[in-house]
Formats: sequence, structure tokens, C-alpha cells
Amino acid sequence: MSEIALFGAIEIGLVYALVAIGVYLSFRILDFPDLTVDGSFPLGAAVCAVLLIAGVNPWLASLAAALAGAAAGLVTATLNVRFKILHLLASILTMIALFSVNLRVMGRPNVALLMQDTVLTPFYGLGVPDHIVRPLVVGAIVAVVVALLARFLGSEFGLAMRATGVNARMARAQGVDTDAHIYAGIALSNGLTGLAGALFAQTNGFADVTTGIGTIVVGLAAVIVGETVLPARALALALVGCVAGSILYRLAVQVALSADSIGLQASDLNLVTAVLVAVALILPRLKAKARSTRVAR
Amino acid sequence: MIVVEDIHVTFGRGTPLEKHALRGVDLTIPEGEFVTVIGSNGAGKSTFLGSLAGDVLAEQGRIAIDGADVTRWDTPRRAGLVARVFQDPMAGSCAALTIEENMALAAARGRRRGLALALGGERRKGFRDRIAALGLGLENRLHDRMGLLSGGQRQAVSLLMATLAGSKILLLDEHTAALDPATADFVLDLTRRIVRDNRLTTLMVTHSMRQALDYGDRTLMLHEGRVVLDVAGDERAGLDVPHLLALFAKQRGGVEISDDSLLIG
Ligand SMILES: Nc1ncnc2c1ncn2[C@@H]1O[C@H](COP(=O)(O)OP(=O)(O)O)[C@@H](O)[C@H]1O
Ligand SMILES: [Mg+2]
Repeated sequence: MSEIALFGAIEIGLVYALVAIGVYLSFRILDFPDLTVDGSFPLGAAVCAVLLIAGVNPWLASLAAALAGAAAGLVTATLNVRFKILHLLASILTMIALFSVNLRVMGRPNVALLMQDTVLTPFYGLGVPDHIVRPLVVGAIVAVVVALLARFLGSEFGLAMRATGVNARMARAQGVDTDAHIYAGIALSNGLTGLAGALFAQTNGFADVTTGIGTIVVGLAAVIVGETVLPARALALALVGCVAGSILYRLAVQVALSADSIGLQASDLNLVTAVLVAVALILPRLKAKARSTRVAR
Repeated sequence: MIVVEDIHVTFGRGTPLEKHALRGVDLTIPEGEFVTVIGSNGAGKSTFLGSLAGDVLAEQGRIAIDGADVTRWDTPRRAGLVARVFQDPMAGSCAALTIEENMALAAARGRRRGLALALGGERRKGFRDRIAALGLGLENRLHDRMGLLSGGQRQAVSLLMATLAGSKILLLDEHTAALDPATADFVLDLTRRIVRDNRLTTLMVTHSMRQALDYGDRTLMLHEGRVVLDVAGDERAGLDVPHLLALFAKQRGGVEISDDSLLIG
């Protein structure tokens, strides 16, 4: 693997680390399987790209992307909490709707960012090669997010959110407004995903409505890889695990794609990822089954 | 003080499975009273406690707690006034969270939850002292996940959690039914101590007539959604399990029943 490819993999891994953290929030903390991210990721990219072209400050554009993602999350949460639509279906509805919304936002299927300033611009030309600047800046943003989120989940509000996912009945008996915490958690999850989309657009120089496909699977893969390499109980470590998992996943993909002998193409990525996630989901069951049959004998 | 006026609860209204579970319960429970509740399986005991806690809303009637009309309040809103321990030790706490995190959750009951750390240094120490008083040695296991505790330990911690936020009403729904006899006795003694020390107004559902008479100040018997027996004071002191059975049989129109049919559930 070339140095450029290595740093490229780390960079995209860091961008998707925010998705992984979002997925961890919905799937693991809230126990709410949310597929909205397939729509909120390209939404974040689209909103950011359009605002950058309109000359908006890149940090403000990124913030707007996060807020747009959060709004998408609120739609899913409303469909589920208020109108009792099954969470998976609710999120699929939002995701499908977002495909149209994203086309509207951009006015066409893709937008290129050519000369626009991004959050990265001030850091180029300081003597560090561009392909290293990008992962450094994205990494710094991810570090800030992890720190803030760890602190948030340790707060009274965050603890109540975790209780909502673990035992909603108990949480309600302890005075937790579980609905409010689902709204907040799913909004936060998709807000992070929207921010990831914004960073994707700025590091890659484009936004495209099709970049969202499979975002959820990539996020899940990162969460699962993270849980495998860093089986942490402490929450801050679990968040770090999401980041590590996302980077490792991208490195593994890079290795697989660059090994000519395997004969994989970039377009095989979704298949490979889906197989990986499926295997990771099946393995614990098989293990448990093997254990119980052994006991039965 | 709890005032219940003619509450009715119907499940599955308008369906073939319609069940009129509470059919006009009228009750006043003064502050600090410890009431035991018995009744056969399906009598409506859990529904009654649920209607006090807000899990089920009464479609008719009125419920007032400490002077506030809570009839339309949902569970989280009532939680500031009412603490509960469930029958299933798994139900009353979060298995995946640590003991101290569970305690922090309970300590914030009825308060607005903000961004302050749930487990600051001061608070941790307070929790350690409170849990040490249980005498179970759990003060050294505050970082353990709740799921690692035995059923009895979990119920003991749940009882303690019920006292952390200073609410004055405690609802216990067969909270010792899932425990072995020795553990159940321990938890019952702890219940008595906690109720007394915190001067809690308590309703305790039990499947044991013995317990119903031995604990508390007043005993209610529910049958088919109504209070069919309500005894306290001398009348209650003079009662024995056979008397109770006879009274119950009379309520049902003289049909003989065994203790067992009342015990089930
Ligand atoms: N959520 C519910 N939906 C439908 N029926 C219910 C529900 N909860 C309780 N019931 C019915 O209401 C009646 C009273 O139940 P419950 O209060 O649990 O009785 P107990 O606790 O005295 O055994 C029973 O017939 C029960 O089947
Ligand atoms: Mg019951």
C-alpha cells in the first residue's frame, strides 16, 4: 500500500468514524435500529456543498449540515414515537424521502467543490503534505466529538438516554421521559452523520446523492470491528473503539482492494462489507449454539 | 396521602378480549400508612398499582396524591411522587448499567435532568454510604454492572433506589415473589426498615396471606376489580389466615377455596 493510499484510508476511516459513533448511539445505546443515516450522510454533504458554493463560512456550513442531519433524525423519531411506525420502517421512509430531498437541495445529482474554501483550507500550505493534513484535521474534529459525547453520556441527561435504551420501563418509573430521549438520541446520531457527510464533501471535493448507499452497513461494520478489537465496558473507550473500528475497516478494505491476487474492484465494496457484517452478526449465535449443544450432551 | 375515587380501568375496550380490570375502586390512604394487598390471580392488584403509578390511566374516577390531582399524569410525571419495586428483579433496574449509575438514575427521579455529571465525587460518596447501610458488602462493587447481582441483591438495591429521591409513596408489586424464601425474608425485613425509617406511604402486593397480616397496618383484598375487604387496627390484629380465607369465601358467595388458589400468581 502506498503512503498516499494509507493516509487516504485513515482519512476516510476518520470521516466515517462519526457515522460509526452515530450508529453506536442509535443501535447500541438506544437499541433503535435506524437506517436514516443512508439519507442523512448525503444530506449533510449536499447541504454543506451548496452552502460552500454560496460562499458561507465552511464551519457554519458544516454546522448546518449537522443540523440538517439532526432534523432528518427527528423525522424518523417522530414517525416511530408519535405515530408508532416500527423503527426500521420509519427510518427507511425517511431515507427514501431524503433521496428526493437531497436532489432538491443540490438541484442535480452531484456538485463539485473546486475553488471553494473548506475547513481544511487554512491548514494547507503549512509545510505538511495535503494528504496528511486532511486526516489530521478530520482526526482533531473526531477527537473533539468523542470527548464531548463521552462527557454528555456521563451527564444526568446522557445517563437517562442510556437507561431508555436498556430498560425503558424502569427509566419511565424513574421519571425519565423516554420519548424525549429517543428524539434527542436519534437527532444526535443523525446530526453526527450529517457532519460526517459535510466532512466527506470537503475532503473529497464533491457531494453526490449516491454516496449514501450502504452508509449504515459501513457504520455497523466499524462498530462491530471496534467492539471486537476493543471490547470495552467503559463508554469513552467504546467511542474510541468506534473510531478505531472505522479506521481498521478502511485499512482492511484498502488492503483487500490493492491485493491484485484477490481480484476485487472498488464496486465490490458493498458486497464485501455486507458479508462481513452478516458474518459478524451470525458468529455470536453460532458460538452460543455450539456451547449449548455441548452442554446438552 | 393517596385518594382514589371510583376508578375504572378497561383493557382492550371494544375488542373480544375486553377486560374490565378495575371496577370502581374507592380508597383513602393516609400519609405513612403501610397497606398490604392480596387477591387471587387476575384480581386487578397489578392494575391498581399501575393506575397509581401512571402506567394505566383510569378512564373514569380520580386519583390525588399529596393533594395533586394526578389522574391524567403519565408515569414519568408521577415518578417524582411515587417510587416502585417490581416483581421481576430485572425490571426495576438497568442490568447493563453499573450499580452507581442505577442509583444516580433513581436519585434524579422527579428532577429535571441536565448536563451535570451524573456521578460527581460528592455523590459517589453519598451512594457508597447509603449502600453500605444495606450490610451486603455492595459498597465495594459500585462499578459492577447491576446484572452481576443476585435477584435478592437487586431487589435490595431497588428498595434503596426508591428512597434516594425523597418521594413519599412506595409501590411494591410482589417484589419478593421471585426470590427464595430466605432471601425473601431478608428483603421483607429490609422493606419494613426502609418504610419505617423514611416514613413512606406504602402499598405492598403479596401472594402470601401470612405476609399480608404480618406486615403493615392495613390489609386490602381485591377481587374482580373491587376492594372486597379492607381491615385495619384491632379487627385486623384479630385476624388469622383461616379467618381471612373464610372472609374471602364469603365475598365470593360462600364458595370454599383453599389458600392455594389465592396464592397462585
Ligand atoms: N395490559 C393488559 N392488557 C389486557 N389485559 C390485561 C392487561 N393487564 C392486565 N390485564 C387483565 O386484567 C386483569 C387484572 O390483571 P392484574 O391486575 O395483572 O391482576 P393481578 O395482579 O391481581 O394478578 C386480568 O384479567 C388480566 O388478564
Ligand atoms: Mg400481578
